[in-house]
Order: sequence, then structure tokens, then C-alpha cells
Amino acid sequence: MHTNLSRHDLARARLRLLQMHFEAGVGHIGGNLSALDLLMVVHHELMRPGDAFVLSKGHSAGALYVTLWTLGRLDDEALKTFHRDDTLLAAHPPPAGLADVMFATGSLGHGLPLSCGLALSRKLRGEEGRVWCLMSDGEWNEGSNWEALIFARQQGLANLTAIVDLNGLQGFGTTAEVADLRPLATKLRDFGWDVEEVDGHDAAAVAAAGRREGAAPRAILATTTKGRGVSFMEDRMEWHYLPLTADLYEQAVREVRAAADLPSATAG
Amino acid sequence: MRNAFCEAMVGVAEKPEVAFLTGDLGFMALEPLRDALGRRFINAGVAEQNMVGVAAGLARAGWRPWAYSIAPFIYARPYEQLRNDVAMHALPVTLVGNGGGYGYGVMGATHHALEDYAAVLALGGIRVLVPAFDSDVAGAVASILGQSRPAYLRLGLDGAPKDFERPPFEPWRRLIAGEAATILVCGPLAGGLVGAIRDLPQERRPSLWLVSELPYGELPEAFLADVAATPHLVVVEEHVATGGVGERLARDLLLRGVPPRRFTHRHALGYPSGRYGSQAFHRRECGLDPAAILATLG
Repeated sequence: MHTNLSRHDLARARLRLLQMHFEAGVGHIGGNLSALDLLMVVHHELMRPGDAFVLSKGHSAGALYVTLWTLGRLDDEALKTFHRDDTLLAAHPPPAGLADVMFATGSLGHGLPLSCGLALSRKLRGEEGRVWCLMSDGEWNEGSNWEALIFARQQGLANLTAIVDLNGLQGFGTTAEVADLRPLATKLRDFGWDVEEVDGHDAAAVAAAGRREGAAPRAILATTTKGRGVSFMEDRMEWHYLPLTADLYEQAVREVRAAADLPSATAG
Repeated sequence: MRNAFCEAMVGVAEKPEVAFLTGDLGFMALEPLRDALGRRFINAGVAEQNMVGVAAGLARAGWRPWAYSIAPFIYARPYEQLRNDVAMHALPVTLVGNGGGYGYGVMGATHHALEDYAAVLALGGIRVLVPAFDSDVAGAVASILGQSRPAYLRLGLDGAPKDFERPPFEPWRRLIAGEAATILVCGPLAGGLVGAIRDLPQERRPSLWLVSELPYGELPEAFLADVAATPHLVVVEEHVATGGVGERLARDLLLRGVPPRRFTHRHALGYPSGRYGSQAFHRRECGLDPAAILATLG
């Protein structure tokens, strides 16, 4: 198991995400922090030419934009427009204008069927590429995902991998309180998928799970922490919504830097 | 029209980008298409939301996917997939709804599609094709494939007399010339009207126009000339008034400053008696049968 991503790389992405949200004065940061490591691993470690990525949890668009920034696909000028008037970087991915965004998402339960279509295309044409779909855990309340589970198995879409960001919190409660699907792994296995459970903040483990291939569609259930890396946000539902104050932003930056042994200079 | 549709699709099956998804429908009808397309014919199961999402994914990868079901099941159940996945991205997915309007007759209200093209057109950027005759279907399929845009194909039952010489598929066609009135019809209701109008003496015949693609774009000059020259414009459609052809046409004529002298709109009314029956029964209940339509001409 290895990854070329260092904890400094991940911390820098986390700091850039905090900066972008702070400058924009917007919320939705908790689910972005939980998904960021997964997005970084998928884009830096797993995706190859011919692969496709679909962000089914569209509310983590900020983390996707920052990941694209780490790849040089978006620049600082673009990130400055996040959430502002006349931007392409809306809070949820746009349908057009960004070459790396295949689909507008934001309404949950769309990404997996779309990914099935991309995977089916590759299979019908005998193409090599794999399809990666990042989903939330609350999203499994949506029936369309269960339709897609059946379809992917029936069509033998072994080139499809769904990564589920299991942060345990959804819109108005914990996933256990709102619609308890535990254990999700058992349910997905019963639908004929290969399932692997990993620590979603262990980049090497996520990368290793992603590299494995089998005969069935795969789900990587990645346990994560909403608000990961910022003590006052971790596992707090309000950070699905709240914007950062200046004091809290500075505290968040200090914590992320300290955890990664980065010098306490300005963010970025 | 389902068999004509199957034949038309078999005719384009050699195009390698064509793929066909069905929501578990087509038994005793689509087998020839299944055989022609092979692995590109996919029974997606009774799961229309996923089916339309998959179709959008295929289209994003360069395919021309068709997704087929009974009309209400193909546009209403997966409406958000049509809105977000297909329309927002202008992907060339075609939804095919069999049995538009009251086509499924006594199967009942859940199987009818009375507001389908209003709902689809409201999203913008989607072409709606409504063949009136079996002979229209191949032309409609070719027209859809001729443009890289989302489309909804509303199939029905060809009701024209056997000996009627059906003109080639076009968005606008004048089926019968006359001076007593102007009738604009959308879809297979045209067939019954053709039969009834032919029985009228020449001086009592209305001009019968058929529109087969929505939104219909520019109004043909010859149609506007008929509206101006006749005392009464009647719009007929097996669809609710809201968002239908009649509303659109009334607005367009007002915007052009050429309102008709008299305007009648005959359209689906739902279930006035609360009873169910054949397609003909429901049409009669709504005054959509040929005799009732011609009675409006006075």
C-alpha cells in the first residue's frame, strides 16, 4: 500500500478549502472536509486517462474545485469567484463550462445512474477506463441509487467504483437517526457488489482499495469525519450550513497546520 | 404505431451510436429491435429513474440512447432525471412514450399521459415529436437522429382511413383544404378528423392542419393565411389545456396581432364522469371525437 500524496499535500488542500469558504463567507464546509481526502486520492492516485469521475454528492463541489486546483486545472483567480455573482464555481457543480465536471449534480441520487451509463458505454465499446462515483451516505435514502445498484450488477459493470463518504451526518440528523441503513456494507453485498470498508482519511488505504479490481461493481465505504481536521467542526451537524468567522477561520488554519507539522505561516 | 416504431428503429440499428433502453416493456413488439441491436438493446428493468440517468451517461459518452416505456412512466417518474441529467446538459437522449393521451384506454388513469408535452416542453431545449400516422414514425425517428438534442417521441394509434394518402412527415402539414374554418390538430386525432371531414360537402369543409413537432417554431405563412381567411379557428389536442398547443397558439397569434375572429380549444378534460373506458370513450367525454369537433363549426 502506498500513496504519492503526502500529509502536507492533503493539509494544503484542506487549508485552501478553508480559505476559499472563508473568503466566500459560505457554509457547506463540513461535508467538503469529509470528502476532500477521498477526492484527492481519486484524482491524484487512482484516475488514469480514459477514466471518468462523477461527484454525486454535489454539495462537496468546493472540495472538488480545490482538488482541481491542486491539479492545476483551476487557478486562484477561479477559486476567488467561488459562490460569487458571475461565477462558474457555484455551490453545486455546473452543467457546462468546466471541462472536468461531467454533470451538474446537487440533487442527490443522480450520480450513480449517470456513472452506470458511463461504465456501460465503456463496456459496450470494450474500452479500458474505469468510472469513479463519489457519494454521500445520506444519499442512500434516495431510491434511484438502489435502482442503479441492481442495474450495475445485472449489466456486470465491473469497471464502476462507488466511493461512499460515510460521515454519519445528514441534513437534519445523524444517518442513524434519520434513515438507519447500517450496516450499509451488508446491504450492498446483498445486491451483488464487492464492498470494501476503509478509513476515508487514510489516503494509502483508500488508494489500495481503489486499485483492486474484481468481477462485480465495487463500493468503497469510506468512514470519514464531517469537518475533518477542525476540532470545533468535527461531527457537528451545524457545519453542514454555517459560514466561518475570522476567529474561527484562524483557529481552523492553526489546527490543520499543526496536525500536518506545517509552519504557522499564512494559509496556502 | 409501436410496430412502426420498432421497424423504424430496426432501420437505424446499423448506426453504431444507437442504443436502446426499455423499462421492461415491448414484449411481442420489440423483439426484432432486440435482435437487430444485440448488446445495445438493454432491458433496464422497472426502474425509470435509473434508466434515464443511464441514458444521460451514455449520451455523455457519445451514444444516441433511446429510453422507452408507457408514456406516463417515461416522462413523469424520471422527471428530475430528464430535467437535471438530460435537459440541463442538452444531451441527445430520446424518451419514447407509448400511448400518449388516453392511448391506454381502460388500463386507467395511471397509464394515461395528458400533460406530458407541457411538462417536457417546460424544461426547454427538448424537441417533442407527435406522429399522427404509422407512416410518420420513420420520419420522426430520422428527424430526431438528424439533430443532437434531447427529444420526446409521443406514440399513439393511427386512426386515419386506410385509403387516406398520408403525406410525408413534416412539422406542419395541411391535410385537407377548406374554407369553412381552420382546424389545427396535434397527433393521431387527425386520423378521425380526416375521415369525418371527407364526408362533408366541399363548402362545409374546414382547412385541416396538423402539427407534429413542438415547440413548433415559426408559424407557416399558409397556416396564417387560412386563419385570416376563415371565420373560426379550432385547436384540437389530446392533452390538457395548460401548456398545450392551444395556449401556445393563442399567445403567438396575439403577439403577432392577428387574433382569429373566433377561437375554440378542444382538449383533454381528465375524467369528467369519473368513469373509465376505451380511448374513444375518453375522447367522447372530452368532446374530442370527430363529430363533436365538427359540431363546433356550426
